[in-house]
Amino acid sequence: MKKRRISKKEVEHIAWLARIELSEEEKDLFTGQFDDILRFFEKIDETDTERVPPTYHVLDLVNVYREDEVSASLPIEEALKNAPKKERRFLKAPRIV
Amino acid sequence: MSKTRELTAEEIVGKMRSKEMTAEECATSIFERIHEVENEVHAFVTLMEGEALEKAREIDEKALKGENLGRLAGVPIAVKDIICTKGIRTTCSSHMLESFIPPYDATVIERIKREDAVIIGKTNMDEFAMGSTTETSYFGPTRNPWDLSRVPGGSSGGSGAAIAADETILAFGSDTGGSIRCPASYCSTVGIKTTYGLVSRFGLIAYANSLEQIGPMAKNVYDCALLLSVIAGYDPRDSTSVRMPPRDYTSFLKNGVKGFKIGVPKEFFGEGTSEAVKKLIWKAIHKLEELGATFEETSLPSLEYALPTYYIIAMSEASSNLARYDGLRYGYRIDRNDADWSTVYSKNRRVGFGAEVRRRIILGTYALSAGYYNKYYLKALKIRTLIQRDFESAFQRFDVIVGPTMPIPPFKIGEKIQDPLAIYMCDIDTVPVNLAGLPAISIPCGFVEGLPIGMQIMAPPFREDIMLQVAYTFEKNTTYKDRKPPLK
Amino acid sequence: MKAMAMPKVKIGLEIHCQLTSLKTKLFCGCSSDYRGKEPNSLVCPVCLGIPGALPVLNKGAVECAVMAALALNSKMSDRMFFFRKNYYYPDMPKNFQISQYDRAGGVPLAVDGHLYMEVNRKRKKIRISRVHLEEDPGRLIHLGPIDQSPYTLVDYNRAGIALLEIVTEPDLDSPKEARILLQRLRSILEHLEVFDGSLEGAMRCDANISLAGGTRVEVKNISSFKEVERALTFEIIRQKDLLKKGLAVERETRHWDEARRITITLRTKEEEHDYRYFPEPDLVPIVITKDFIGEAKARMPELPEARMQRFTATYGLPQYDSGVLVGDKALADFFERCVKLYNKPKEISNWMMSDLLRYLHENDLELSESKITPQHLVEMIKLIDEEVISGKIAKRVLPEIILTGRRPWQIVEQEGLMKIASREVLEKTVDKVFAENPKAIEDALVDEKAVHFLVGQIMKKTKGKADPKLANRVIRERLQSIKQ
Repeated sequence: MKKRRISKKEVEHIAWLARIELSEEEKDLFTGQFDDILRFFEKIDETDTERVPPTYHVLDLVNVYREDEVSASLPIEEALKNAPKKERRFLKAPRIV
Repeated sequence: MSKTRELTAEEIVGKMRSKEMTAEECATSIFERIHEVENEVHAFVTLMEGEALEKAREIDEKALKGENLGRLAGVPIAVKDIICTKGIRTTCSSHMLESFIPPYDATVIERIKREDAVIIGKTNMDEFAMGSTTETSYFGPTRNPWDLSRVPGGSSGGSGAAIAADETILAFGSDTGGSIRCPASYCSTVGIKTTYGLVSRFGLIAYANSLEQIGPMAKNVYDCALLLSVIAGYDPRDSTSVRMPPRDYTSFLKNGVKGFKIGVPKEFFGEGTSEAVKKLIWKAIHKLEELGATFEETSLPSLEYALPTYYIIAMSEASSNLARYDGLRYGYRIDRNDADWSTVYSKNRRVGFGAEVRRRIILGTYALSAGYYNKYYLKALKIRTLIQRDFESAFQRFDVIVGPTMPIPPFKIGEKIQDPLAIYMCDIDTVPVNLAGLPAISIPCGFVEGLPIGMQIMAPPFREDIMLQVAYTFEKNTTYKDRKPPLK
Repeated sequence: MKAMAMPKVKIGLEIHCQLTSLKTKLFCGCSSDYRGKEPNSLVCPVCLGIPGALPVLNKGAVECAVMAALALNSKMSDRMFFFRKNYYYPDMPKNFQISQYDRAGGVPLAVDGHLYMEVNRKRKKIRISRVHLEEDPGRLIHLGPIDQSPYTLVDYNRAGIALLEIVTEPDLDSPKEARILLQRLRSILEHLEVFDGSLEGAMRCDANISLAGGTRVEVKNISSFKEVERALTFEIIRQKDLLKKGLAVERETRHWDEARRITITLRTKEEEHDYRYFPEPDLVPIVITKDFIGEAKARMPELPEARMQRFTATYGLPQYDSGVLVGDKALADFFERCVKLYNKPKEISNWMMSDLLRYLHENDLELSESKITPQHLVEMIKLIDEEVISGKIAKRVLPEIILTGRRPWQIVEQEGLMKIASREVLEKTVDKVFAENPKAIEDALVDEKAVHFLVGQIMKKTKGKADPKLANRVIRERLQSIKQ
C-alpha cells in the first residue's frame, strides 16, 4: 500500500484555506489526484539546493517608481459597472459574521 | 489571386498603403470565413463583427484623406480572451468572468489600435490559461483545424486554431509555461514567447505573473516580428517592464545562419518524446546545418526538475492571483443572502471555477502554506536559479538552443483530460524557457501523419534578433508554412 | 482571601499611519484625498483590483518612509522587498495586501529602532521592532455592530492609501503609556511633515496585550488615542475578571467595538493566520543607497527632541514645558509664531500650557479646530501687559477667543471688561464694600488676611475688573485713616 502524501482531511483543510467549497465526490477525487501530483512534485527533493539562492525575479530590475502625481480615477459608473450587487454608491457584500 | 484571408499581414499592409484593398474588404472577407468554419473550429468566445467593420471604415476614411496609416493598417487581429479589451467582455473562458467587461484596454491593445489594426474577436482558451489543450474552457473546447477530433494545443488554442483556419491574420496569445508555443506547434503556426519583461503585462489577467508574457502568433515569422515590433517596449504601468527602446524586429530577418552554433540538449528528447517527433526535429537541425550552422548535443541537467518546479511556482502564484474573484467587484456571484462572507465566497468559487482551476488554486495554497513553503515554493525558486544558470552557461557556447516544442503530436480531444498529470507532461519542453525568462519561438517543422510538429528555438535574454534570424532562415528554406489544413 | 496582586501588563502596539502628505495612493495615481468624497469615486483598475491591473510604487512614499525610519533611529535595510499577505476580506480588493515581511526571505524597510517618551516626568525608551510600507484596505460599513449586521457595504476610496506600519516591542506597561506612545509618534511624524494626525482615521492601531506573562490577546480596530486607552483598559479588566474566576484567557483576536465600548470575539472560522507570505512578483526590489539616506537626512525637518532642546536653550523654558509644547506639533508651531510676534516666551508658554490647553482638553478640541490664532493670543497678552485688563479677566476672554475667533480687543470693549484704574470709580466701590462688611474692617485693622478678603470683595463687586494693586492701595489708605 503506497504511503498517501495527503489525507482527505488535509484536503478539506486546504480547500478551506483556499476558500473553495468541494463536494464529497470532489474531495475524494481531488485527494487521489493530489496524491499523484504531490508525488510528481517530490522530484525536486532529488536535487541539492543547499547553497543556491532563490530567484525571486528573473530580471535584474530595481527601483521602479512613479512620481507622486495625481491621475484621473475611473468614473463611478465605470467603477461599479461590473459589480453584481450594489446599494447606492457602495458595493454590497454578505455579512461578515 | 488569393483570397484576402489567405494573405499575410505584410501583404495586407502593403495593399492598404497602395490602395489595392480596403480595410472593410479585408474584414468582411475574414468574417465570411469565420461564418464558414467557426461552427466546427470554435476558436472564438466573442466575435466583434460590428466593432471590426466600424474600425475598418474609420481606417478607410483615414486612407481616403491621405493620412498616415499605421504599421498594422487594416490587419485583422484575434485577441486571446485573457487580455483586457475596454468595453468588450473578457472572460478567460471562465464562468467566473462570463460577463466581465473591463473598463480599460491592455497596453498591447492600445498599441495595436494606434497602428490601425482591426480587432475581430476574443479567442477561446483553457480556463484562466490553466491547461495545454483548450479543453478546460467553460465554453467548450476548440478543435484543431488539421483534424477536428484533436486538440489545438493550449492554453491559447483559440488563437492558434483561428490562424490555422484563416479566421484571422494575426493573433495574441499568452505564454506562462508554453501556452503560445504549444498551440503554435499543434496548429502549424508561428508563435513567440518573448524575454520576460519585453512586452507589458498591463491588462493581462494574471495566472502566474513571474512567468508569463503576451506574445504574437501568426502564419509566418515576418508577421510575428511585425506584431512584436508594435507591442514590445517599456510600459510605465508595468513595474516588471524593461526599459528597452522600440525596435523593428523585422529588420533582423536575414536569410542565413552561417557560423551559428546550435545547442541540442538531450533533456528535450527524453522518454516521453515520440520517435516521429525526434525524427522531424533532427531533420530540421540537419537542415540548419546544411544552411551553414553547426550543432552540438549538450546537457542541461537541471531541466530534469523543470516541470515540477514550474507547476509549484505557477500554482502558488495562481492561488494568490485568483483570490480576487469573490463576486464583489465583478464576476460571478451566487444568489445567497443568508450566509456569511466566507461561506458565500467559497460557494461562489466552487460554481465559478472549473475543476482544473480549483485544483491548481488548492495545490498552490498548499505549497505556500505554513510548514510547506520551504519544501515546495522556496525550493522551486532555488531550482529556478539552477535552470537559469544552466542556460547561461549553455549560451556561452551556443547562439541558440533547439528542440521540439511538444513531445508528441496533437492527440484526441478527451484523451488525456481526465488525468491532470498527463496534461502537465505536455509542457515538458516549454516550461524551462518561462522559468529562465528567455525568449523562444515555435515554428512549423513538419507533419506526422498529417499532424503538425513544431520546432522550438531559444535564445539568450533580449536576443530575439538571433532567434528570429534562425527561424526566418529555416522558414525561407522549407515549405511547411505553405501547407493548409483540410478545412473547407 | 489573598488580595490579588497587580498583574504585570505587557502591551505591544502595531500602528498604522497613513502617509497623509502624499498626493496619491501607494501603487496608483488616484488622489489620496478621500475624506468626504462620494463612495468609490477615487478608484482605478489598480486599487479596485480589476483583473490585469498592476501596481507601480509611489516614489514619495519611499522618501517619507525612509525619513520616518531615520527619525525612529532604526536600521535601514539596503534592499527591501514587497510581499503578499494573503487573506480574504471584503475590504481587500485583491484579497491579498501588498505589504512587507521580515521572514521567508522578506526584508522590510527598517528594523530595531526606538523612541523616547515622557511617563510621569521620567524618560522611557520604547523599542520599535520594525517599520514598513503597506497599502490600506477599503472601508466597510455595517448596519449596527459588526456581528449583527445583515450585510456589508464597501467603499474602496481608501483602498491603496500608503500606510507606514510601525510595530513596537511589548515595552508598554499600561493603557496610559500606550496613549502617550501614540501621541509621541504622532508628534514625530508631524514634525517630519509626512503625517497629519488631525485627519480622521489617519492613525489606527492593533494592540497585543498580556497579563502576568499569560496568553497574548490581540485587539484590533482601535482608531484613536482615546480609544486605545479605553480599549486596553476594558481588555485588562476583562482578563483580570477571567483570571479571578479561575478561567483561562484564550489566545485570540478581539475586535474593539467603539460604540458599545467592549472587545468582542468575531466568531468567524478564520482563526487561521496563515497568510502564506511570498514575494510580490509584480514589484521589483528597492535598493536604498547611502546617498538616498543622506539626502533624506538633509531634507529632514527639525525633530521633536531637537526642537525641545532648542526651546529650552533659546527661550529659557523649563524642560517639562518644552516637552509639552513639542509633544503636539501644532502647539509648538503656534508657540513659535507667537514669540515671533511678541518676544515674551515665558508668558506665552504659561498661557498656552495652562488655560489654553486645559480648555482644549476639556472640550475635546484640537488646536486646529479652535478659532484662536497666534495674533489673538499675543494681543491678549499685550492687553494684560499694558494693564488694560487684569489676568483674571483674560482668563474669561480666552475661551471666548477660542470659540468665536473674535479679536481680544473687540471682546473687551463690547463687554466692558477694561480694568477699572480710575481712582474715583474705585473709591465708590470701596465705600460700598466697607458699608457691607463692618466686621471685616475691624479684623482688617489687625489681620492681614482680612485685607485680602476686602480686596477680594472689591474684585467680586467689579466682576474682576478692578486693578487689584490700586484696590489694595485704596483699602489700606482707608484703613489707615480709620486707625487714626
